[in-house]
Amino acid sequence: MYLSTIDRPAASGATSGRRWTAIGVNVVALGTVSLVTDVSSEMVTAVLPVYLVVGLSLGPLAYGVIDGVYTGATAALRLVGGWLADRTRRRKTVAGFGYALSALAKLGLLAAGPHAGVLGAVIAADRTGKGLRTAPRDALITLSAPAPLLGRAFGVHRAMDSIGAFLGPLVALGVLAATGASTFTAVTRQSFDAVFVVSFCVAALGVLVLALFVKEHREPHAVARPKLREAGVLLRGNGRLVGAAVVLGTVTIGDGFVYLLLQRREELAVGWFPLLAVGTNLAYLLLAGPVGVLADRVGRLPVILSGYACLALVYLLLFGPLGGTPLVVLVLALNGLFYASTDGVLMALAGPLLPENLRTTGLALVQTGQALAYLVSSVLFGLAWTAWGPAPASRVAALAALLGIGATFALLKGVRRAD
Amino acid sequence: MRTKLLVLLAAVVLLAGVGIGYVRYVASRAAASDAPAVQGVSLGAQDTVAAVSTAPGERGRVVFVHDGRRDVSALSCTRFYAAGGAGVCLRPDGPLATYQVARLTSTLDVAETIPLVGVPNRARVSADGKLLAWTVFVTGDSYNNGRFSTRVGILDARTGDVVATLEDFAVFVGDRAYQAADLNFWGVTFLPDDNRFYATMSTKGHRYLVAGDIRAQTVRTVAYGGRTLENVECPSLSPDGTRLAFKAAVGGDPARGWRLSVLDLATGAVTPTAETRSVDDQAAWISTTTLAYAIPRGQGSDVWAVDADGGGRARVLIPDAASPAAL
Repeated sequence: MYLSTIDRPAASGATSGRRWTAIGVNVVALGTVSLVTDVSSEMVTAVLPVYLVVGLSLGPLAYGVIDGVYTGATAALRLVGGWLADRTRRRKTVAGFGYALSALAKLGLLAAGPHAGVLGAVIAADRTGKGLRTAPRDALITLSAPAPLLGRAFGVHRAMDSIGAFLGPLVALGVLAATGASTFTAVTRQSFDAVFVVSFCVAALGVLVLALFVKEHREPHAVARPKLREAGVLLRGNGRLVGAAVVLGTVTIGDGFVYLLLQRREELAVGWFPLLAVGTNLAYLLLAGPVGVLADRVGRLPVILSGYACLALVYLLLFGPLGGTPLVVLVLALNGLFYASTDGVLMALAGPLLPENLRTTGLALVQTGQALAYLVSSVLFGLAWTAWGPAPASRVAALAALLGIGATFALLKGVRRAD
Repeated sequence: MRTKLLVLLAAVVLLAGVGIGYVRYVASRAAASDAPAVQGVSLGAQDTVAAVSTAPGERGRVVFVHDGRRDVSALSCTRFYAAGGAGVCLRPDGPLATYQVARLTSTLDVAETIPLVGVPNRARVSADGKLLAWTVFVTGDSYNNGRFSTRVGILDARTGDVVATLEDFAVFVGDRAYQAADLNFWGVTFLPDDNRFYATMSTKGHRYLVAGDIRAQTVRTVAYGGRTLENVECPSLSPDGTRLAFKAAVGGDPARGWRLSVLDLATGAVTPTAETRSVDDQAAWISTTTLAYAIPRGQGSDVWAVDADGGGRARVLIPDAASPAAL
């Protein structure tokens, strides 16, 4: 067993070309699965509000009920998925089940019709699939590329993932147009059904690519099947790692707030709202790869810490001196850079620190900690906004991000593998 | 590897076939002939109820129903309302999923358009046709964890002034000034003075009936005997200005559905109508005694009518239609 410290840069001397091959066919295969699957799921996400409101004439409350069903449920399922994948050593199978469940949920949308309750169940199934597959997939990535190149591996994966998210809405609009729904007024439920059918076909393709081209990591016999007791020990041994994930979740107030403040500050026509998210995605997509490479070279911790600095800048700029287009572009670019420097890089940092036989559970723990902390912090920011107004609240958020740099450094500096 | 690639290729061909086949099947059904348009319809017509059709072949078209006759106009809207010889039509704007509000003259010509952000939900015109209001759903505000938020816009047709969103108004809950990031407004109905209005406001899990003032830029919760009215949505003021129809949450719990009810503004008494099904619509007064609203059926909906005084029983007013408005 080697000891890997998180600050160790990649072994020097390897040529760039060899490094790209070294991240492995498996990572590219997983990236392809994510790309295809994201096209499918973002197709549905893009039309779901219109479908519910215009297609089915549901009110905002019904949507709230449907939406509320899945917000909390996925966190716990992620841990269950992680544990199952580790226990059975079948990460690919568990991830595949998650992908397949989400694919079937697309057909479920077709069958659910206008029944809010059924729709809620179908969307919950879709989210369950997402919750189940994330940790096993990330664990497979950490096991498919050499530890010094994990930053780049996750960078490639996250970039491919974002490309899918980028294409999804366009494909959905294309399908709607092709069904003859030239105007949304005349969009019938059949037009939406066509989007769901195509989305299912795309998702099924993703499952097939996973089944055919993604290889399960074979453990050497020495690696023992984990026991439930060990999973408890895992939390104790990696408290700092989970702590760092909680810090990350806590300093993130949510893009919605950022865009809302940006829109108010610049008095953007509300029509630009969706495009703000597109801007962040574009920056993330372009930067995920290069930043991952950088993380392998200079160390993952410094890159994560710079990510927090970007986030603090984003919060400060919202009520800062800059204005106009430069402000919007800079905020979106920095926001994308924040995601590029933290999302995949944290996984790349965490992977090698976790024991192989419990890696999926460990990654699930990290992701769950981050997700729950984010849920709390977005509520807290809402309260801060109410109590102090948006400008002081966003400055406090910036301060929190800066404190996050210190906290993360203290937590992760010199962290080593527990065994 | 070669076998795998062949399997993948076969699957791509099969899945693409299913996808494209289904899209073409839907396209062929949609191409079914559209109903011809009747010319010369007017928003000034007497004893006429206008609505948006949900019938196959004329889906989205504004229809005029008079004495059992159903005239299909050339105009298409997602949500529609008309009063005082003026109309408001929320409709798609270009091929992307964006919308616009169109102000209509009495001859159904478009006087002006304003781009909308979000999906059209409610529309209303003041009794004299001078003020127009609309509600859209916006999905971008993830301060509520990706849940829907709503925005209300108001246009003064006399001056061209636009209130882009009610969130900029000063809000009072009871007597206290109130600030929150999660303010949502929807379902406006105007008073005859062309300045004040009623609407729904939600924040922190509460849904209030609020009274607004455009000139003063304020919104206040409505209370009777010290109790704020909660869990009611989508108010609609009667033509004589004495009663407010709205949907009230059954048992105060919105998850149990909505009972179409009428509030006596003088006394604060709330009377449930004889319509026992859940009504998720902003009702329209088609006379001083009768309410109209849409109830979903199959792929579309029907416009139903019920007495405002709690008596009688619900009856179908216009089959295959939504967005009723008495002209």
